[in-house]
Amino acid sequence: MAVELKPRATREAYGDALLALGERHENVVALDADLAGSTKSGKFGAAFPERFFNVGIAEANMMNIAAGLAISGKIAYASTFAVFATGRAFDQVRQSIAQPRLPVRICASHGGLTVGEDGCTHQSVEDIGLMRLLPNMRVVVPADYNQTYAAVLESYELPGPMYIRTGRPNVPFIYGEPPAGLGKGCDVLREGTDISLFACGIMVSRTLEAAEELKKRDISAEVVNVSVLKPIDVDTVAASLTKAGCAVTAEEHSVIGGLGDAVAGVATEYCPARIGRLGIKDTFGKSGQPDQLLEEFQLTARDLVVLAEQVLKSRK
Amino acid sequence: MVAEASSGHPGGSLSATDIVTALYFKVLKHRPDDPKWAGRDRFVLSKGHCAPVLYAALARSGYFPVDDLPNLRKIDCHLQGHPDMHKTPGVEISSGSLGQGLSVSAGLSLGMRLDGLPGHVFTLLGDGESQEGEVWEAAMAAAHYKLTNLTAIVDANGLQIDGFTKDVMNVEPLPDKFAAFGWKTLAIDGHDFGQIIDALEASRSGDGPTAIIARTVKGKGVSFMENNAGWHGKAPSPEETRQALAELQGEQVPGKGEPVGS
Repeated sequence: MAVELKPRATREAYGDALLALGERHENVVALDADLAGSTKSGKFGAAFPERFFNVGIAEANMMNIAAGLAISGKIAYASTFAVFATGRAFDQVRQSIAQPRLPVRICASHGGLTVGEDGCTHQSVEDIGLMRLLPNMRVVVPADYNQTYAAVLESYELPGPMYIRTGRPNVPFIYGEPPAGLGKGCDVLREGTDISLFACGIMVSRTLEAAEELKKRDISAEVVNVSVLKPIDVDTVAASLTKAGCAVTAEEHSVIGGLGDAVAGVATEYCPARIGRLGIKDTFGKSGQPDQLLEEFQLTARDLVVLAEQVLKSRK
Repeated sequence: MVAEASSGHPGGSLSATDIVTALYFKVLKHRPDDPKWAGRDRFVLSKGHCAPVLYAALARSGYFPVDDLPNLRKIDCHLQGHPDMHKTPGVEISSGSLGQGLSVSAGLSLGMRLDGLPGHVFTLLGDGESQEGEVWEAAMAAAHYKLTNLTAIVDANGLQIDGFTKDVMNVEPLPDKFAAFGWKTLAIDGHDFGQIIDALEASRSGDGPTAIIARTVKGKGVSFMENNAGWHGKAPSPEETRQALAELQGEQVPGKGEPVGS
């Protein structure tokens, strides 16, 4: 169950953890592209101005400067909105960060539809897919403030490039305090036997709600928080799929390229199972309040319950 | 090399040969037997398709055997079609997608400055490459951060794959553009060793980054390649190779890496 703490945004955790990393490690540097107030990298910038580079509205340049800093021995944290980090600067990330396996942490905020009123130009529905496609790239989508804090702290120690997606809105706490790390990135939050519910990011709390509702309908649902989408924890995903034989995935991202595809890939190779994918149905977003958008794009706990029942019914 | 590989980019490699030669054998502080020496200067080949000239300079400097050169672009050889920092000793960054090298160099310069390292970063760009907008994002940033330890050398050979740069998309006046972005700017003959070496050494000091616009001839030293866009990315036939090597060797003065003015 979600922990009773006042909801907080995952981007806030990024800002706080980055500041902590800066205090601990001299070779941590950070960059932003004129969104330091929004991504929360500005906290690091205020504390360590000599190690913070706000390159202006130039995301491509930011990624390559981050690469250069990484080559010189720094651990570089580069932040902007997810849509620009992965879309505008894709070639820079591909050629100069992923291929040379450099320790650049692309910490992108404002993932998904819950950017809200800014609308489709600023709502990233494809960033996870773009980053999953890149060889060497670790892809992390934490579920709450505490898990994000842990993911960012842990990132300092891990080799190679990494993409960490955070969000704009406040989200409920899943973890009472920051875990020691993400481990293999697949956390079974609730055990069940009838159906597996795999979720990432803001959808984790909604999936826990859905599991509670399914329980009232005598359906035992397992809830798995998949925070590391690549490399995905094949053993945990396969074990859960094998036990239930069917699943629903839930993500604030296109059904193409994200968690749904990652889980379906494991199923296809190791344990064929019927899987329903709850996500954005190959379309762009639009303006509106975050909760209105999640209703309209069918990303609520209620939608998850409906899909889970459909999947279960189709198996009979 | 390019003939052996049956593919590659001879034209831009030849236009940059005098500049790269001057760097590796006169200007750069480096230790081929200790490629990661912290005190070294860095050379960044932003126009990564001209890898052959970089590989030749690295091999002649002693980073790896000259015998590796004929295996350029071949499977299992460390000499990739475009430079790979993890495969080839002495290659400082992976490059090949044009327009990125100056930004990476700016980051490298910033990192070296943070660490108090004495080395200087020399980055070679193409004039055609300067059509990429990111070059100017990097130019803006390097001046903003006052990167005195960064020099951009533009191998201005006036040609790109599809023709003359002035016809495809005019990038000139390059010296004025870099100056307007806040760089110290020098214009030289990119085949005059005296001018090249003087400019490179002069670029080590100043209040910010330096741009050296080196006027060059694409395909320099091979009569049938000179100023011909057709030789941007094409390997010569065996007969053409024999003629090209004869012409180039005719110009060369004996002695390892001791260049003379052309």
